[in-house]
Amino acid sequence: MTHAAKGKLIAVIGDEDTVVGFLLGGVGELNKQRHPNFFVVNKNTAVSEIEEAFKLFCKRDDIGIILISQNIAEMIRYVVDSYHQTIPTVLEIPSKDYPYDANKDSILRRAKGMFSSEDFR
Amino acid sequence: MSGDQRINVFPSRMAQTLMKTRLKGAQKGHSLLKKKSDALTLRFRAILGKIIETKVQMGEVMKEAAFSLAETKFAAGDVNQTVLQSVSKAQIKVRTRKDNVAGVNLPVFEHYVEGGDSHEYIGIAKGGEQIKKLKRNYLTAVKLLVDLASLQTSFVTLDEVIKVTNRRVNAIEHVIIPKIERTLAYIVSELDEREREEFFRLKKVQEKKKQAKEKREKKRLELIGAGQFAEDISHARNIIEDKDDDVLF
Repeated sequence: MTHAAKGKLIAVIGDEDTVVGFLLGGVGELNKQRHPNFFVVNKNTAVSEIEEAFKLFCKRDDIGIILISQNIAEMIRYVVDSYHQTIPTVLEIPSKDYPYDANKDSILRRAKGMFSSEDFR
Repeated sequence: MSGDQRINVFPSRMAQTLMKTRLKGAQKGHSLLKKKSDALTLRFRAILGKIIETKVQMGEVMKEAAFSLAETKFAAGDVNQTVLQSVSKAQIKVRTRKDNVAGVNLPVFEHYVEGGDSHEYIGIAKGGEQIKKLKRNYLTAVKLLVDLASLQTSFVTLDEVIKVTNRRVNAIEHVIIPKIERTLAYIVSELDEREREEFFRLKKVQEKKKQAKEKREKKRLELIGAGQFAEDISHARNIIEDKDDDVLF
């Protein structure tokens, strides 16, 4: 299925500061077509653009993990929730300006349905 | 009606043996699947616990990383555009590995560092220290997030597999086994029924024979009473004394 030898990239969708941080961490890459594996969302970015970028990252087979800021994931929630593939994995990260809310995470929400609340202490 | 109640078979001894084997097979399969489901659930719960722990940890690490970014901005000025433009090759990549739990392949991510830093000259004029700290912090964050991602993938995969397994377990327990049991009961009842019929038939034959015998006896006695049968008896052949022509020696 996947080439174990070939490394996969980590894609980032987030506000400028988050993306810059991760790029400095060393995850950024431009591929041969000069397509980046990151997407900067600012206040002028349309929701459809985010959606498109997200779907594009989901389709690329050289990406293993997609990091997406929670407030941005919230904007395209219906796309994130309807995404059911295993690889690439979509991971919601806390963004700079908004505190992390576990209740919004699509994975944790699914987990909550199965277990009692005492597992979350 | 019989289609969903029991399997359509001819009630014979052979079919009964066959059904017994199938029942045994179904029971074995049920217990094995149950064990698999239990093993998966065990792993699933462990992963869930770890996910929650890591998510909490992630919040803190990200907070620290964001703070060091603010520090960098203060020290080195706005480097955002420089960073965004100088991207070339990824330094951190992930490798996927398969982990096997009860026959289920769980993808596990492993990060590894490859090649040099493409942002090595950023902050060379000022704020180098902060940039270094920022890089370190984000590196930690990436490591943690990669771990979290593998946990999450395992979680999703396991969730799917557990659902399928439980569905199978329930199907065997509530559909297949009762169906086979009903079929067995049907075969046994049919066989019993046939045995009773046979028994009854034999009894009937015996009775008929008895009646015929009684009739003959009655007739004989009547004839004796009339004095006709008596001489027949005196004229009966004696096998011991008489020579039989058919006997060779």
